[in-house]
Amino acid sequence: MIPIGNGFAVRAERVSRHYQMGSALIRAVDDITLQVRAGEFLSLLGSSGSGKSTLLNLMAGLDRPTSGAIFAQGRNLSELNSLELARYRSRDVGMVFQSFNLLPRMNLEENVELPLRLAEVERGERARRVREALERVRLEKRLTHRPSELSGGEQQRAALARALVNRPTLLLADEPTGNLDSATGESIMVLLREIKHSLGMAIVLVTHERPLAEKFADRIAFVADGKLVSDVVKP
Amino acid sequence: MKPGDLGELALRNLREALLRNSLTTLGVAVGVASLVAMLSLGVGLQELASKRLANSGLFDTVLVTSRRNLRDFNRSSAEKSAPPQKAPPLDEDVRKEMEHLPNVVEVYPQIRFPTEVRYNGNPYSTVVVGVPASARGNGAYDGMQGSFFSSPTSDEAILQIEFAKDLSNQPSALIAKELIVRYVERQPLAPQSAPADPPSTKKVDGSAAASANDAVSEGFSIVPREKKLRIVGIIETEPAAGFGGFGNGRLFIPLDVATALRAAQVTDLRDAVRASSGKTSYANLTVRAKSPSQVEAIESSIKNMGFSTFSLLDATRNLRLFFTIFDLLLAIFGSLALSVATLGIINTLVMAILERRREIGILKALGAADRDVKQLFFVEAGVMGLLGGVLGAGMGWLIGKAVTWGTNLYLQRQNLPPAHVFSVPWWLVLSAIAFAVVVSLAAGLYPATRAARLNPVEALRYE
Repeated sequence: MIPIGNGFAVRAERVSRHYQMGSALIRAVDDITLQVRAGEFLSLLGSSGSGKSTLLNLMAGLDRPTSGAIFAQGRNLSELNSLELARYRSRDVGMVFQSFNLLPRMNLEENVELPLRLAEVERGERARRVREALERVRLEKRLTHRPSELSGGEQQRAALARALVNRPTLLLADEPTGNLDSATGESIMVLLREIKHSLGMAIVLVTHERPLAEKFADRIAFVADGKLVSDVVKP
Repeated sequence: MKPGDLGELALRNLREALLRNSLTTLGVAVGVASLVAMLSLGVGLQELASKRLANSGLFDTVLVTSRRNLRDFNRSSAEKSAPPQKAPPLDEDVRKEMEHLPNVVEVYPQIRFPTEVRYNGNPYSTVVVGVPASARGNGAYDGMQGSFFSSPTSDEAILQIEFAKDLSNQPSALIAKELIVRYVERQPLAPQSAPADPPSTKKVDGSAAASANDAVSEGFSIVPREKKLRIVGIIETEPAAGFGGFGNGRLFIPLDVATALRAAQVTDLRDAVRASSGKTSYANLTVRAKSPSQVEAIESSIKNMGFSTFSLLDATRNLRLFFTIFDLLLAIFGSLALSVATLGIINTLVMAILERRREIGILKALGAADRDVKQLFFVEAGVMGLLGGVLGAGMGWLIGKAVTWGTNLYLQRQNLPPAHVFSVPWWLVLSAIAFAVVVSLAAGLYPATRAARLNPVEALRYE
């Protein structure tokens, strides 16, 4: 099990992210306060442009809030410099995207190994962890295949293996089923839940597919126009 | 990221856009080749000129004369100088002392005397000159007919072509023939304590002219002698080994043989009327340095010993200045191609950023720091520079070979000896490669910084 720390995997406090588009000010995230407990499966539900992906990027340390603070691992991400943020992304966060974002020039093994290279993990240890991650998503026999040789579902599983390989405490998934048919999408969700149970990491899933959220998430937060409109813990 | 991983990823990226990166690398190679070719030409020509000039003996020799001589012949009477009796004599002791100065290869007197040569029973007047054994390496003897002296003590002679033509209509037939040199030998007289009778016709005695403070000199008599010599070579040019050297000589014999002859020289008359310590004194000595660059220090040491010196140091300085400017100009022209190649690297990497924008976003999302992205692009630029540098140095070397071959073909048709106009020294190859890498890294600086600063959220959104 991954150490839980202060009990929260990530905590957003009155976080806003505004963009200036010409003369208009876009409030992509507007004064949201949200906590994700360690080992919790939270789903952020909302329509396109509601700000849920922006909030996810803030939690991932890919973006900085205009105001407010994001706390993770006991640190305020807004106060970290770019190198410290990179380390946070490398060690504490795993990310899965709608469009898989595997590097097409690399085979599966190399794709999954990439975060380990960035985290400067020893070569021998890397091979073991890559194999373990690919076994977890049942792709251990496709090590040498390039992403273009895999189905959408397989690509997303590979992306999931890549997100897990550094054993993060927080898995952020941005519409991971958006490019998949419903059956495949559901299989990915099953896999996510399995991973949460076996590894104990917190998962934040951004989706606009309410049935999936309701079926798999422990808690559902609704975002609309950059604001948190409801936060429901499933019974 | 660890250096090994960085290198691996960079090479993988370079392999993926193989054609474009190869063309960029080729651009660097052409730039380096042009730089190497230009500088090799400069270095080659400099070496050629330096070698010829060094071989001529003009630039690595110092002519040493006693201050007594200069006072007598060259100085104005108003010029202050050491009194003549304080100026040390240029004798054998001094010669040995000079031989022990640092970077001195040899010190030899100039022996030159008028002679009458007998060949086939006919007399010919000419000047005999003693040639040191070291002159073998002198370029002047390179294209001679026959050979150089077999040993420093062999009774052999080399003729200057004009003199050889006087002796025979077929100069080349003279080789291995013998001739007789007639000269007058100095024979020292026993020291005398008091002025003697007025000297006879064949006797010169310096003691009468000596002042009261001077030691009494020996004086000498002169006796006609003959020496049989075998002709071993004929030289077309006038070999010069030091200025005031062997010019005007028509018959060259080994210096040791010339010394042993004790032939009376023109300057003997002057020495005879001057007091001496009783040792052989020389009108002048030629001091040869290891290289022209050491001439200045040697000259200064000899001046401190109380002698006058003369060298063509200023001429070598001008030569170095000329070649430094020449090399600089060649380097500038050579660098033009490399600067075009630099633009090629910048262009390739900027294009790569556009193409790999999304990939950079993914790398950052997976934990790559700005520094990692920057280093990745840097290494890619460096690898292109390294490969281009190595390839370019090879190409430059080939260009050099081709130009040397072409030049020698032309020289051969002009009946001229071959010359190495190109020289590609190791330092030039290594410097060119290092320069290519440095230039490539500098070219990669802007793209790498730009890639590192990409906003990951925007980069991930990029399709």
